[in-house]
Amino acid sequence: MPIARLVTIWAILLFIFAISVGVTFLPLGSVRSAISLTIAAIKAALIAWFFMRMRAESGLVRLAAAAALFMLLIAFLLTGSDYLTRGAG
Amino acid sequence: MKSSVDLGMQFTELARQREADRLGMVIFLGTEVMLFGGLFAAIFALRVLHPQDYLAAAGQLHLWLGALNTCILLTSSLAVAIAVEAARHERGRLAVAGLLAAALLGIVFLGIKGFEYLSEYREGLMPLAGVAHHFEAPPQQLFMNLYFAATGLHALHLLIGIATVSVVAALAARDVASPETIENAGLYWHLVDIVWVFLYPSLYLMRG
Repeated sequence: MPIARLVTIWAILLFIFAISVGVTFLPLGSVRSAISLTIAAIKAALIAWFFMRMRAESGLVRLAAAAALFMLLIAFLLTGSDYLTRGAG
Repeated sequence: MKSSVDLGMQFTELARQREADRLGMVIFLGTEVMLFGGLFAAIFALRVLHPQDYLAAAGQLHLWLGALNTCILLTSSLAVAIAVEAARHERGRLAVAGLLAAALLGIVFLGIKGFEYLSEYREGLMPLAGVAHHFEAPPQQLFMNLYFAATGLHALHLLIGIATVSVVAALAARDVASPETIENAGLYWHLVDIVWVFLYPSLYLMRG
């Protein structure tokens, strides 16, 4: 992974981060949160794939990382199924 | 740069030892993801239960200082990634420089965070016993509780990362750190960065 490409990824990270901050100031209501968090997920994926070199790791290591994310997703879904269905504030 | 690693007696091949090292680190990072995941779940639960109070409380955070901190941490991750790349190509001095740059940027981040905390203390937003604070509604105090808990835990992890990266830099400067060690330290640093990448929009950007 040439250093020039790492710098390019960094520039992309800063650029999409600027977009997520800028979006906060637009009158879009609650969709702004979804946009910011989606951009955050993209940033995390870029960091994991290029900076953490997940692209060069063996399948076993990538599976371990994916398993952690999957368990987190399950935890969020279970917690969310309670809070999102409570009805009253 | 230490290019040859001792083969532990439980391994028959170097490649297996490296994979075991990497797997151990990734599993540990998985536990860290679970740790912060719990805090994020609490943050999102508060957001769902008290949306208006959440937006009001979040609006009082220092958005631009937080944005600056995000850029600082992203740059520190670049420095670490360059250090890892340099270590793989036997460029020892660049590796040490990258690691030290990351540690320095981490210290700057902590400085700015400390300044934010001080401001919040002065603005009466720090829910600490014995400290004057005033909140318009209990959920807003809850938001600040979560803010301090989450960013405080993150700052603690960043401090550990700074110490780890500095020690590895010192080892690398003496030619006793292998590329694998530098890469494992780098993985921890990147995770601390990723946690902040999610913390910032969750706490600072969800404002009215």
